[in-house]
Amino acid sequence: MPLLSVDSLQVRYGAVEAVRGIDFEIHQGEIVTLLGANGAGKSSTLNALVGLVPVASGRVVFDGADVTDHAPERLAPMGMTLAPEGRRVFGTLTVEENLRMGAYGVSDRAELDKAWSRVYDLFPILLERRGQYAGTLSGGQQQMLAVGRALMSNPRLLLLDEPSLGLAPKIVEQIFELISVLRDQGVTLVVVEQNVAMALEIADRGYVMSGGRIVSSGTANDLSQAERLQAAYLGAD
Amino acid sequence: MDLFLQQSANALALGGTYALLALGLAVVFSIMGLINFAHGELMTIAGYVLMYCGMAGLPFVVSVPLAISASMVAAVLMERIAFRPVRNGSGATMLITSFAVAMILQVLFQNFISARSQAVLLPAFLSDSFTIGGLVIGVNKIVAIVATVIMLIFLDRFMNHQKTGIAMRAAAEDFAVARLMGIRANTVIAGAFALSGLLAGVAAVLWVSQRASVDPLMGFTPVLKAFIAAILGGLGSLRGAVAGGFTLGFIEVYLAAFLPSELQEFRDPIGLGIVVLLLLFRPNGLVPSNVLKAVKV
Repeated sequence: MPLLSVDSLQVRYGAVEAVRGIDFEIHQGEIVTLLGANGAGKSSTLNALVGLVPVASGRVVFDGADVTDHAPERLAPMGMTLAPEGRRVFGTLTVEENLRMGAYGVSDRAELDKAWSRVYDLFPILLERRGQYAGTLSGGQQQMLAVGRALMSNPRLLLLDEPSLGLAPKIVEQIFELISVLRDQGVTLVVVEQNVAMALEIADRGYVMSGGRIVSSGTANDLSQAERLQAAYLGAD
Repeated sequence: MDLFLQQSANALALGGTYALLALGLAVVFSIMGLINFAHGELMTIAGYVLMYCGMAGLPFVVSVPLAISASMVAAVLMERIAFRPVRNGSGATMLITSFAVAMILQVLFQNFISARSQAVLLPAFLSDSFTIGGLVIGVNKIVAIVATVIMLIFLDRFMNHQKTGIAMRAAAEDFAVARLMGIRANTVIAGAFALSGLLAGVAAVLWVSQRASVDPLMGFTPVLKAFIAAILGGLGSLRGAVAGGFTLGFIEVYLAAFLPSELQEFRDPIGLGIVVLLLLFRPNGLVPSNVLKAVKV
C-alpha cells in the first residue's frame, strides 16, 4: 500500500484552475521529486495535500486514512508535514522556540528528546544559535531551521517546497545531502525543485508537471535522460 | 516638584490601566486582525459582577476573582458565538461585528440592569491614602500600579516561556505555518480571547476602584483610549501596547495638571494632537510590530 496516494486532485483559485486532476503515489522510503516550470501547479499540489489550500475535488489518502481537506493542524500529528516555500521561519521567535513549535503536537517525552537530538545532530549550527532570533539567521541557516522545525514532529512523510531556492551553491549541496541522510533515517520525502539536475540526482522517481497536469513520470534515470534529450533539442543548458 | 511626582504616580496608575486594555486589544488583533471594540463591554461585565458581589455582601477577595473570571468567560463566549463565524471575513466585517456585539451588550445592560449609573460597594481601605516622602498616594493608585506590574510580568512569562504563549506569538507572525506545526487555530484564538478577557477584567477592577460606580456605557471611553494607545504604540505589538498605554496616561494626567486653566477645555484635542505628532515621526508606532508595517507616504 502506498504511503500517500492522490487521486484526480484539483485545486482552484477562483476561476483559475491551478491543478487539473492529477494522480500520483508515494511509497514508503522513497524520494520523489515534482518538477516543472513556475506556475505548473507544484506548490499548489503540496499546499493542497496539507490543507493550506482547499481541494476542489479528488482524494488524498495518507497511510490508509482519507485526509482530503483535513485542517492543516491535524496532519502533523498523523506524520505528514510540509517545509513551505520561502522557508517561513518565525522570525520573531528564537531558533529554539521555532523548533519547540515544530514539536507542538509531540507530548511523548522520549520522542521529544529524540527529535531534539536528531535536529541538533543534523544541524549543529542551530544548537549554536539556539537563543538567536530566527529572523537574524542567514538564508541557508533559515532553510536548515525550516527543515529542522518540520523534523521536530518526527514525520514519516516530509514535503519540501523549493528547499534550494535562493541559496548559495555550497549550501544547496548541503541541503541535498541532507535529503539523502533523511531518507536513510527512514523519512519518505517529496521534493519540489527548480534545480532539476540536482533533484534527479538524489530522487528515486519524479513527476513532471505543466499547466496543472502531470505530463511525464518515471524513474529519476529515465527522466534525466529525457531531460538531456530535451535540452539537446531545445539548446537549453 | 512634589506636585510633579504626585501627578506622575497618578499617570502611572492611569497609564497602567490603559496599557492592560491596549494589551488585550493587541493580543487579539495580532492573531486574527480583529480590532475588538466590544472589549469595553468585557470591562462592563466585570464591573457589574463586582456590583452584584458587593450587594450580596461577598468579600472583595472573592468578588475580584469572580469579576475577572466572568470577563474571561464572556470573552471566550464572544469569540465562539460572534467572531468565529466571521473569522475568515475581511477586517471590516470583523470590526462591524465587534460594534454590533458592543451595542447588543449595552442594550442588554440598559434593559436588564439599569440605564443609570449604579454604585459599587468597595472596601474602605481602597479610599485610604499613604504619605510617602511628602507625597500623598491613594491606596487605589498603588493597587493599580502593583496590579499592572504583576500582570505585565505574568504576560511576559506566559508569552516567552509557556508553550501556548509561544504558539500565540508564532500564530501572530504566520498563522498558516503555525497550523502546519499542529497548533490548533481554535485553541490559539480562544486562548487569545481568554487572555484579553483576563486583561479587561483586571483593568475593570482597577477602573471601578477609582470610581465606585458602573453604568452600561462604562467600557466605551477606556477602550477608545486603549485603542488610541495601541495605535500610538504600534498596532499588533505587545510592547507597543504597553508603551502606548503609559505614554497616553502621562499625556492625559500631565495636561490635566499643568495646562493653564483657560486651556483646560481643549485638553483632549491637545492630547490627541500630541499623539498625532508622535505618529508623524513614528508612523508605525513607538514600538512597531515586526509583522505589520504601515506604508510611509
